[in-house]
Amino acid sequence: MTVRMDVLRRGPKDTESRWQTFDYEPRNEAETVATALRRLNAREDLRDSAGNPARPIRWEHSCLQKKCGACAMVINGRPGLACDARLMDYGGHLRLEPLRKFPVVEDLMVDRSILQENLRQMKIWLEERPVMDERSTEDAYDAARCLQCGCCLEVCPNCIPGETFAGMAGALPAARILAELPEEERKELAAAYRSRVYEGCGKSLACRNICPAGIDIDRLLASSNAAAVWRRPVRRKKEKYPGQFGKS
Amino acid sequence: MNRVNIIGAGLAGLSAALTLAEQNIPSNLISLQPSERAQSVLAQGGMNAALNIMGEDDSPAEHFADTLRGGVYLADPNAVRNLTDHAPEIARRFIALGVPFQMERGKMIQRNFGGQKKKRTAYAKSSTGKVLMSALIDEVRKYEAKGLVTRYSRHAFRDLCLKEGACTGVLVQDTWTGEETAYPGPVILAFGGMNGMFPGRTTGTTQNTGDGLAQVFSRGMALGNPEFIQFHPTTVQIDGKSMLISEAARGEGGRLFVMRNGEKWYFMEEKYPELKNLMPRDVISREMTLVTAQPECENQVYLDLTGLPAHVWEKRLSDMRQEILHYLGIDPVKTPVPVRPGIHYFMGGILADEDHRTSIPGVYAAGECACQYHGANRLGGNSMLGAVFGGQKAAETAIREMPELFGGEENRPGGWDTMDDGHISQCIEGGREEYLVRDREAERLSEILLGGLSMLRDEETLVRTIAETEALLAEPLTPMEKKRAWLGLAMLKAAEARKESRGAHTRTDYPEKDDENFRKTTVVRMEEGGLRVEFAPLPEDRKGQQER
Repeated sequence: MTVRMDVLRRGPKDTESRWQTFDYEPRNEAETVATALRRLNAREDLRDSAGNPARPIRWEHSCLQKKCGACAMVINGRPGLACDARLMDYGGHLRLEPLRKFPVVEDLMVDRSILQENLRQMKIWLEERPVMDERSTEDAYDAARCLQCGCCLEVCPNCIPGETFAGMAGALPAARILAELPEEERKELAAAYRSRVYEGCGKSLACRNICPAGIDIDRLLASSNAAAVWRRPVRRKKEKYPGQFGKS
Repeated sequence: MNRVNIIGAGLAGLSAALTLAEQNIPSNLISLQPSERAQSVLAQGGMNAALNIMGEDDSPAEHFADTLRGGVYLADPNAVRNLTDHAPEIARRFIALGVPFQMERGKMIQRNFGGQKKKRTAYAKSSTGKVLMSALIDEVRKYEAKGLVTRYSRHAFRDLCLKEGACTGVLVQDTWTGEETAYPGPVILAFGGMNGMFPGRTTGTTQNTGDGLAQVFSRGMALGNPEFIQFHPTTVQIDGKSMLISEAARGEGGRLFVMRNGEKWYFMEEKYPELKNLMPRDVISREMTLVTAQPECENQVYLDLTGLPAHVWEKRLSDMRQEILHYLGIDPVKTPVPVRPGIHYFMGGILADEDHRTSIPGVYAAGECACQYHGANRLGGNSMLGAVFGGQKAAETAIREMPELFGGEENRPGGWDTMDDGHISQCIEGGREEYLVRDREAERLSEILLGGLSMLRDEETLVRTIAETEALLAEPLTPMEKKRAWLGLAMLKAAEARKESRGAHTRTDYPEKDDENFRKTTVVRMEEGGLRVEFAPLPEDRKGQQER
């Protein structure tokens, strides 16, 4: 089966993007978009489907197993990881675009540095020793799995480039710290969470089923809202974690 | 004020940046991609530390003994003692950073791991690397906001800047704009292992290419033990790469079997009744290769997880089950998983002393790119520990050796020069072409290396693959392809020179361990276009408690 791959191209100096089509023969049923892109780029004389010479397709990749978020892009209109998208699931025709909420660097590569900048501005770090029990550990574990890939922002109707709403990519790292901080230490982060996440979130929950890491966004939002907005205790009991250790 | 340049933003690089920042020393944290994309996030099963919380009377001394024994006594005993003594402190630090280590019934727990009899591995299901990274990324962010850590998260390491044999800085290239910049100051190399020498055949990332290591090797950097490559017993081939099934699977009770005359043969349990499926990785991988070669056995080993209790799947291995289901379409709760040994870790790399100095003054190395702690075979759970402790130690040494940060001009040792404009422009030479590696050439080199550096090695194959690599070097390659071929040649020549079997290095023609001649570090240097392979004695154990 030949797969037709439309790739939205943009050179580093271009002002506009253009579609370029490539024909690609997968070697087996498990092949992903990531493999197709790597194999196309491995061709020493890469040509598009019209036979025109083409420069290699720029995209980001690293782990190739859904754990690093590097290869996030828009695949047939939906954001996802190229390493998680099997060619066979797209019926022979793929349209690959860069994530649209970030500036394009080149082709499918975007500048996601705003994600890190948002976290710096929101001061996502621990200033105090954490206090943890099994429930907060579970929340912190889930939150710590965020890939910072940006897929959730792609589908979010409230995420507008240039505005302050940090989306779930800001909410999840915040959720880890909110889950771990003692209540009396949460004030500053809670304020940042309210202004950068809670007040901007229209509760569309479009992000709910998009996270490539499968993080339970509903549960973490509920925990963080309880901690930062409603100031309800999120944990059943306070407990030193683990009790036998002193301050290091 | 000079800044320390850290190359690589995984566990080792972050740990170095944090150590420096906490002492008010600014650093440049230079990496190809942000930390979230580093290979450290793939680390799964856990981190060893003798916390002694499992009621098994564990101690750092036992961790030390297990690490040395697992590495078949090829590691520097003083460095390993430092590592294992500091491990509990490092684990406690991670607890203080809010790492959600596994808790059950309100208490933190540890699990069994290979080559160790006691539950010593701190973990978070089988995503331990990811959660350690998240905690360190958050902590380092605090110092980014204070201006003490400056991130360059899309920059490739290109070269060391050298003057009179010492390092004056580092040349990096912005991978978006192509612009090259030289940053003065000491350099901590933490750019990971050499996966790119075996593209598509390792459990690592596509970004740990080995090119940085090939580059510094070409500049005269000494390598240590480059022949020691860890084959992890339980990997599976997925599209485009080899994927790890964590040792946690066996730590929690997983068993390996092969079909022999139509029946399941749990060969590890029969052959090694004490540690069974938790023997060190080199032993298990070798046994897997040997049993599948027997005529009465099928050519496939299975990982049997069907006997694991429901609470283990639910609480400790839920992520692993999902991963196996997703990639293999097998539910490991019900069906054994076909596995095979796959390239997972490089014990060798840049020769580092116990303070993480390298052979070039002003350059330090930590994490997988460094040859330290793991000897002839790394124990599971020691890689993250080695990366974090190594990064910290490298930073501490850099601070100690950089008195101009604290004192005046007169304290500056030879070679610690800030860079003048002329030297900077000298360093910035060459263009993108200099670094080009064509997939076809990477594949050709890899094929040769896989032949010579397979799990079972012999003189004939090594001599042949050495000749093939030398022939490759005579072809019209790009400069970086040539450097990679030299690095490959170093690995092969080291394997050829080590005429014994030890840890991950198994010579079918020299099946015994030879302590007298080879309980030594292999040191390979590039000199005037040729390679020199030597065997250097191990440092004396200062505490003299080393068991043999």
